[in-house]
Amino acid sequence: MQELIVILVDGLVFSSYLFMVAVGLTVIFGVMKILNVTHGSFYAFGAYMSATLIGAYYETDWPEFGGFLAIFAAALIIGVFFGIVLERGLLRFLYHRDEHIIVLATFAMFLVLEDVLMMIWGTDPYYAYEPMALLGIVDIAELTFDVYSLTLIGLAAIVGLGLWLGLTKTKWGKLLLAVIFDREISQAMGINVTVVFTVTFVIGAIMGALGGAYIAPTISVSPGIGVEVIVLAFAVVVIGGMGSIPGAMIGAVLVGVSRAAAVHKFPEIELFVIYAIMALVLAIRPEGLFAPAQARKI
Amino acid sequence: MRYLDKTVVGLSIVFVALVFADFFMAEWMRFIGLQSLARGAVALGLLVLWRTGLVSFGHALYFGFGAYAAAMLTLIGYHDAFLLVFAGTLSAGVLAFFLGFLLRRYRAIFFALLNMAFSMILYGVIVKTEELGSTDGFSVLTPTFLGYAPEGEAVQTTLFLFTLCFTYIITVGVHLYMKTTLGSMSMAVRENEIRVEYLGYSAEKVIHVKYVFSGLVAGFGGAIMALAVGQVDPDSMANWNVSGEFVFITILSGIGNVGATFIGAFVFELIRTYAFEYAPQIWQFILGGSLLAIIMFLPDGIWSLFSRFRKSEG
Amino acid sequence: MTVVLEVRDLQKTFGAVVAAKDINVTVNEHEIIGIIGANGAGKTTFVNMVTGYLKPTSGHIEFAGRNIMGLPPRTITKLGISRSFQVPQVFASESVFDNLMMAYAISEETGMGLLSPLYNDERAARVDGHLGRYQIAEYRNATASTLPQGVRKLLDIAMAAVSNPTILMLDEPTSGISVEEKFGLMDIIMEALHQDKTTVLFIEHDMEIVERYVSRVLAFYQGEVICDAPTAEALIDPGVREFVIGEEYHRTRTEIAANNGGEADNA
Repeated sequence: MQELIVILVDGLVFSSYLFMVAVGLTVIFGVMKILNVTHGSFYAFGAYMSATLIGAYYETDWPEFGGFLAIFAAALIIGVFFGIVLERGLLRFLYHRDEHIIVLATFAMFLVLEDVLMMIWGTDPYYAYEPMALLGIVDIAELTFDVYSLTLIGLAAIVGLGLWLGLTKTKWGKLLLAVIFDREISQAMGINVTVVFTVTFVIGAIMGALGGAYIAPTISVSPGIGVEVIVLAFAVVVIGGMGSIPGAMIGAVLVGVSRAAAVHKFPEIELFVIYAIMALVLAIRPEGLFAPAQARKI
Repeated sequence: MRYLDKTVVGLSIVFVALVFADFFMAEWMRFIGLQSLARGAVALGLLVLWRTGLVSFGHALYFGFGAYAAAMLTLIGYHDAFLLVFAGTLSAGVLAFFLGFLLRRYRAIFFALLNMAFSMILYGVIVKTEELGSTDGFSVLTPTFLGYAPEGEAVQTTLFLFTLCFTYIITVGVHLYMKTTLGSMSMAVRENEIRVEYLGYSAEKVIHVKYVFSGLVAGFGGAIMALAVGQVDPDSMANWNVSGEFVFITILSGIGNVGATFIGAFVFELIRTYAFEYAPQIWQFILGGSLLAIIMFLPDGIWSLFSRFRKSEG
Repeated sequence: MTVVLEVRDLQKTFGAVVAAKDINVTVNEHEIIGIIGANGAGKTTFVNMVTGYLKPTSGHIEFAGRNIMGLPPRTITKLGISRSFQVPQVFASESVFDNLMMAYAISEETGMGLLSPLYNDERAARVDGHLGRYQIAEYRNATASTLPQGVRKLLDIAMAAVSNPTILMLDEPTSGISVEEKFGLMDIIMEALHQDKTTVLFIEHDMEIVERYVSRVLAFYQGEVICDAPTAEALIDPGVREFVIGEEYHRTRTEIAANNGGEADNA
């Protein structure tokens, strides 16, 4: 029983983390049909920026809870900066090219940014545990969990709900859906697709950076975290159906809980249980669980 | 034959020249050459897939599988290069044959990523297997060649000759195959699968054939690499960035000509060697930067430089 | 007359939507049949089912005495039913000549023959003959994606015809073609297919084309065949006039009126 609770709570926390990093990827893919490998860099830069800002904040004697603002500030700074620079400076020149080429360009950019990251922050790990220490621990059914990790579940729910409402209830969201449905016709109807693309990419980038920024206090921020995340986020997005927000949620829960179960029951298969799920889902539903409908071909 | 195929003639000349050069080459050069041939073979498989409209982000799966299959045979006492390379090639081919039944249903980014997923499963298995040295891998002893057991520099000289012969046969084979009906169907499947089906052939079957071929040559490359380096380990044989490097070589070479693949592999190997020598901290920066530069300014790869040059002449 | 295709009780549903219902059609050798109906009436669904692109929910399709239901398009093509497409399905980045070389090679080679060179002089000669018959020889070396719509349509149909099929189904051969070009295009197609003695079923919206080229009409409405009759009869059928032709087809309406008037005078 206790083990089950541990698996469930750990699984949900991990799912929330996965959802946070996967949702930006799926939003960008949904609108722009670009599989953005640079997402891993957004995550890593978000984490480093967050660790740096948190560190700087606790050097001052400002109120302790303000440290959380540093997290969100880091996500915004990184997301807006890289979002605009990459979309305007690189991707827009490639929209007419083959989709594989665009993926490779983002892969190339990811490699470049990996080294840029180390040029800025070096190879030593960073720790920014203050926000986590601040929230302390809580006992559930005689088990101890740290509260900060649990807040991740809430954040993921807010982000998911916010994006979903934003897409279905606002004018902007409806424009986005129109672009997703048919880029050419939207353009012909006077929707400024260029702006839609830039804004979408920036939102996706902020999501990626926020994932890194929020997780930073719980990990040792060190080189290579971007790689791990991009591979995981791909798996989640592919399982859920690329471009689908509910899909990313279900995919994240599926992967998160299975991995938590594997960690506790069969630690040796932890690493590939995720890919096994991915292969299994794709074998049954080639387009993922919640793939958007395809138009008639002939 | 009424006329001589230019590519076959060119490949043959280079082959003969390299056979002679083998005996005079500096050791480091031969080592770079061997690695270029190994990686070039994998890229040759990717070229065939690319012409079919498919890109794989996971061919380190077959590269690693071939390398480990060959290396594991040395653990149980087999050392003949012919046997090891044959085993590496065949086992990767068999794996590709079985996975092909699933993968041939996928296109575009799904195909690319599903390959990556499978390659990461292999990586995970290797890393978790203590018997295979986990993340450290294990060393591969010097191979023999049908009873001949070279020593010192002769090992690499013989291995280079051995690799060169097989690579030559494979490359000429691929080039001629591309001109057959089945080979040309790459184009047909890439351009319009519906039409292929309505002409009476299965597009999935075409893809499956190409996929098995790409697995075979990737296994070959892996086995050669294991023998050349004398060591197998998951991070340089089976990790995701290894797959990325193969795609990099394909992009660098362009898909215009089978020979270009090896030029691309050689250029890649040079960049890699020098980057590791002089600027190891920014190796990824250099790799990523050159990939971006090729994508932006040389979209058809190195080969387009040659064809451009020829056009301006004519 | 020999029956080549027999369709019995064909049904197709997508969830709650009925795309085809109780379709019964018998096609005789060398017939030229026009398939008419409004958009969404089930015409393309019918072609898709007969050629194996869509699997019918239930029913029976017999071709040359053999049940072909559930077979994939490639098998049905090999058996002798080919089709062309409303949106031409060609190898867009290749030349017209290479498109047809590929088409011939795929339809001619099997087994180890697939590993013989694609190009040989005999095949090239067949391609050139075919280009002549479809009158697109002047575009021989043009890239398919750059062709004018009419030529691309011809290429699409020419590719479908390389295997010399028993039955050829054409999905809107004249859609996207200007009124002036339509008859010229249809003359080329019908002449070529007539030479090959091919049985033709084609989907068409233009009643003038239907009147001129077909001997029999299948009219679709909401997934059902509401009329299966010789052309002249079908075009004055009240159901067809109400649900298929509508108000647009003024010429026939006036002609019918004139005919009716004439009959009245005679009486």
